[in-house]
Amino acid sequence: MSHHIVAVKHLQHVYADGTVALQDVSFTIHHGESVAIIGANGAGKSTLLLHLNGYLTPTTGEIRIGDFPLTKKTLPEIRRTVGMIFQDADDQLFMPTVFDDVAFGPFNLGLPVDEVRQRVKDVLEQVGAAHLQEKPPYHLSGGEKKRVAIATVLSMSPDILVMDEPTSGLDPFARRQLIGLLKDFAHTRIFTSHDLDMVVELCQRTIVLHQGVVKADGPTLEIFGNEALLAECRLEKPLSMQGCPVCGKGR
Amino acid sequence: MRRKSKRFLTPPFSLLPADSLLLTPYSLTMRSIDGAVLDLKRLDLLATGDSLIHRLDARAKVLTTLVFIISVVSFDRYEFTALFPFFLYPVIVTSLGNLPGGYIVRKISLVIPFAFVVGMLNPLFDREVLVRLGPLAVSGGWISCASIIIRAVLTVGAAVILVGVTGFLAVCQALERLGTPRTFTVQLLFLYRYIFVLTEEGARAARARELRACGRKGLGLASFGPLIGHLLIRTWLRAERIHMAMLARGFTGEFHSRQISAFGWRELFYVAGWSALFVALRLENGAQWLGGLFAGFLS
Repeated sequence: MSHHIVAVKHLQHVYADGTVALQDVSFTIHHGESVAIIGANGAGKSTLLLHLNGYLTPTTGEIRIGDFPLTKKTLPEIRRTVGMIFQDADDQLFMPTVFDDVAFGPFNLGLPVDEVRQRVKDVLEQVGAAHLQEKPPYHLSGGEKKRVAIATVLSMSPDILVMDEPTSGLDPFARRQLIGLLKDFAHTRIFTSHDLDMVVELCQRTIVLHQGVVKADGPTLEIFGNEALLAECRLEKPLSMQGCPVCGKGR
Repeated sequence: MRRKSKRFLTPPFSLLPADSLLLTPYSLTMRSIDGAVLDLKRLDLLATGDSLIHRLDARAKVLTTLVFIISVVSFDRYEFTALFPFFLYPVIVTSLGNLPGGYIVRKISLVIPFAFVVGMLNPLFDREVLVRLGPLAVSGGWISCASIIIRAVLTVGAAVILVGVTGFLAVCQALERLGTPRTFTVQLLFLYRYIFVLTEEGARAARARELRACGRKGLGLASFGPLIGHLLIRTWLRAERIHMAMLARGFTGEFHSRQISAFGWRELFYVAGWSALFVALRLENGAQWLGGLFAGFLS
């Protein structure tokens, strides 16, 4: 099952204006792992994610997805393997109806119409959005949009799910629903998030990015226990690990 | 100083009940932009309907529309009465396709001012009297101006109805299957998508400006320059993110549709039937013929 591995070696990315977004990033994520990439604003999280499905090309360094190095030739296969869910669902949903949006990927894979219909039905049921099939995406609520955005990616049967800030902008109930959904996935999962409580719930491993380098990489609870590290990287403990704010215990 | 104290007469938004906020004049423009976008999206949604006309292969509908438009625009500039029987086509297709008539009429009425601008100088330059209705002398200029408006209504109506019963995506696919180069059809599709991106971003920018202009003109025209510049950059970035999302889902320059359709006998009858009618109405003045028939019946 080596095709679910994501290996990043000495990745560096310099934008055209000279901004060094990533200096030297290396890590390997194994099959079925659920990993959070956290860091302050501007730490390089989004830049890193955009490399994972080949939207940005490394200035130096190498990325391997499964058995393939990420090159122009392997790009189509890698884009199917790595399902990317954007922070703003409005950027991801661009077709007139939910059905057309979810079917967009499978059609591009060249699947026959009947197979596409079945897939769309299955994934919409999986994310609890079957009733939205014929609705236009812009009429959905934030939580519904997010679930449909996830369905658009699931319909391509990816092995690796990459999500940028999955819980941002969701109300507590929609957030809870989404976390429940993501927990059930068996895919290799990579998240970036400022929702550190979600990270505690979903990810066994956390990578901390700071100014374009990997500051720490280890078990989530261990990382959130290291207050000096968190402070240095402009982070703080998740609320669930901070104790009760009313009675002050655990502070 | 006086200006400043006057400004305080406008209550801050937090003091206004939610309803009155919606009804304030400065929110009208942004609502109209938002509304226009939603209205346009509705046209796309109509195409998901299921009717006799919807089920036809898109190529048949595109071809019929082409024959219709060519027949209408090929008339002589002073032709007026012979155009009216052509309204039969939009009316029949609208009713068979279960399209909301009022909505279609509203969409078409948007082009009338533009058509009028095109034809409004005709009455000034062409004053030769062509028709006398009792004491009223109608010059060639007025007739050609009216003819332009009728033609605009007919052709734009046919195009709006085509998108309403087919969907823009399917129209582009049909054009491609009829031999239009793919580069052209994909450009057309992106252009269409870009309208939504641009208007959505535009509505956001207009909202931000109007809410801070407090019912006045803001900084007037001066504030529009940077606003439009920003709008271009933001739309550009947004379009790039959408393109990224498309690439991430394997987009290779081809749009697919769930409608499987073939050009069968039904389609052939549809195109041949309408085309025959259009050509007949083009060669013979249908209105006059009908009038003659009616007069003959009376006498």
